[in-house]
Amino acid sequence: MHTLISNTMPLLAAGAEQVTALDKFKDFVNRWSVPQFSLPLFLLLMIGAFFGYRKWTKPIIFWPMMIVFTVVYFGFIPLDDSYASILQKPDNVPISMMIFLTLFFLWLGLRQAAINDHNMEIGKPLIEEDREDKVLCWPDLVYTELLAMVLCTVVLILWSVLLKAPLESPANPAGPPNPSKAPWYFLGLQELLVYFDPWMAGVVLPGLIILGLAAMPYIDTNPKGNGYYTFKERKFAILTWMFGYLILWCVLIVFGTFLRGPNWNFFGPFQVWDSHRVDPLTNINISDIWYVVILDGKLPESMLVREWPGMVLAAFWFFALPYLMTKIRFFGRLRYQMGFARYYLMAVLFVVMMLVPVKMVGRWTMNLKYIIAMPEINFNL
Amino acid sequence: MLQGVINSIRESQVWSSIFRHGVPRDRRTRVMAVMSNLFLHLHPVAVRKSGIRLSFTWCMGGLTFFLFIAETISGVLLMFYYRPVVEYAYSDIIQMRAALTLGVMREIHRWGAHAMIIAVWLHMMRVFLTGSYKPPREFNWVVGVILLVLTMLLSFTGYLLPWDQLAIWAITVGSKMAEATPFAGMNGPGRELLQLPGGIPIVTPYSDAKFLLLAGDSVGEAALLRFYVLHCIAIPLAAATLIAVHFWRIRKDGGISGPM
Ligand code: HEM
Repeated sequence: MHTLISNTMPLLAAGAEQVTALDKFKDFVNRWSVPQFSLPLFLLLMIGAFFGYRKWTKPIIFWPMMIVFTVVYFGFIPLDDSYASILQKPDNVPISMMIFLTLFFLWLGLRQAAINDHNMEIGKPLIEEDREDKVLCWPDLVYTELLAMVLCTVVLILWSVLLKAPLESPANPAGPPNPSKAPWYFLGLQELLVYFDPWMAGVVLPGLIILGLAAMPYIDTNPKGNGYYTFKERKFAILTWMFGYLILWCVLIVFGTFLRGPNWNFFGPFQVWDSHRVDPLTNINISDIWYVVILDGKLPESMLVREWPGMVLAAFWFFALPYLMTKIRFFGRLRYQMGFARYYLMAVLFVVMMLVPVKMVGRWTMNLKYIIAMPEINFNL
Repeated sequence: MLQGVINSIRESQVWSSIFRHGVPRDRRTRVMAVMSNLFLHLHPVAVRKSGIRLSFTWCMGGLTFFLFIAETISGVLLMFYYRPVVEYAYSDIIQMRAALTLGVMREIHRWGAHAMIIAVWLHMMRVFLTGSYKPPREFNWVVGVILLVLTMLLSFTGYLLPWDQLAIWAITVGSKMAEATPFAGMNGPGRELLQLPGGIPIVTPYSDAKFLLLAGDSVGEAALLRFYVLHCIAIPLAAATLIAVHFWRIRKDGGISGPM
């Protein structure tokens, strides 16, 4: 762990005398923003937000929090040059929009879920329950739509007048910029390249995201929560989906755009992007751990012999775990309710998704590189 | 006087040939207003009140659609000034900046694309949170997932067109991933398994997934043309068709969802 923290350039050592409280704070944030601390923190925050949803979604609590967040978020622009340059990069503006809109709509949805869940407990009707109240499309809906279009147009025009679209120097096939980044909406996937090879991060995982999303309505057989906001009636579905969307998709995008600098090294929000920084890569494979660290010997010649510990682990993860999970009461009940095909489709998608955090933790705690390392056939997992 | 002019316009043959109903002030004419207009007719005549509350739908599906239209219009305007060949692409963009009347069209198109992506994600999040993918709307969710992919592909293919450093290297990152496609990419696992009799490999640098994407082994002239055609014609047509299916299905599935 120590080597990982020391990567974030000790600011305190540099100019020992004139260190202000602000510098100390920035240094603190830089040190603790590395993924191994901040990702678990975001996860805890998310879980807390969902279990405390009845409390913090009250407008009187939410809006002050949102205002403080906004002030802090933008307040550091004049206080730190590297933070300002990250936030003000034209193509990064959508990320800020995404952050604020996602927080707002998460609140709006959970707020209504809180009200509905409360109403159901005391036997009052849901917010959405006004079936008989049909209104004519003209004027109610048509006018709302018109208003939304006008507002959207105004925002778009203002945005376009105030902020020039970026145009860098002409394409130069011989001179890649450092870092080279995909468009921002794919940066969650590019961030996964830290932990997985391209065939996983760029092909298999996105493919399974699409497949999993499309399969969702056929997997989720819970009849409740259809057509109204609720959390209580769909806890597992909502937590799983939100873990994938908020943490593995949105937070990783923010990391990829804001905090990954030259050579894809991690930089804290207040850290200068130093292109000469070299982070030592000392990652090891499961086969190294097994043969070299545990058995204190040498790696075998044959690929299949060498990689059997990893293959056993992977087989356990993908094939045995979905079955073993049914021994937990909650999943056992799901298996019974959903039937064989649905349950195993869900469970395999679930363990594939969970492979991502597991590999992250493996990297952070024991510098794990590959579970199965077969570079001979380009198969590294 | 003014009222007289308005009335005579309303009673003229031209006006009444366009609008087959009176001013939408009472129930009958309001129904007529929606029914007799191709575009408004996408809507049902009457909707559940809770279904159209802003706090229920967040209007995000509607805004995604609106942004799609805005992108189409601004995109057509950009096409007048842009040539998808390596010699001209970049300088056309520069000149577009200089042409005052079109000064913000590129901005509208670029920021609109970003906004559309955010809007479609939020739309998906609201459909998820209201459980609106549950029966009978399962299939429309699947249509939505395809639209989600198409929206991101639209944006991705457009990213290359300015032909600056940002553009080609972003697409290069993407094509590195295509190269690693299992079985179908040059660096993908399992490529060696696909062979013709006699050990002739099927997947070569000139037949792998990356080549399919770029029409070459790096991001060059052929890739630019390929992305241009996909961006301006193929994907928009596919998206427009699926949006039509999406809207049709909303109505066939019983309108915006609500508690049963
Ligand atoms: C180009 C992209 C899309 C457009 C233009 C679009 C448009 C719309 C519109 C206008 C509605 C009416 C209600 C509302 O605004 O919420 C709607 C409903 C719906 N959309 Fe989309 N959508 C798109 C993408 C998606 C995606 C990505 C999904 C899910 C993965 C999805 C799933 C649905 C479903 C299930 C409904 C019915 C919801 C209900 O009845 O409450 N759509 N869509």
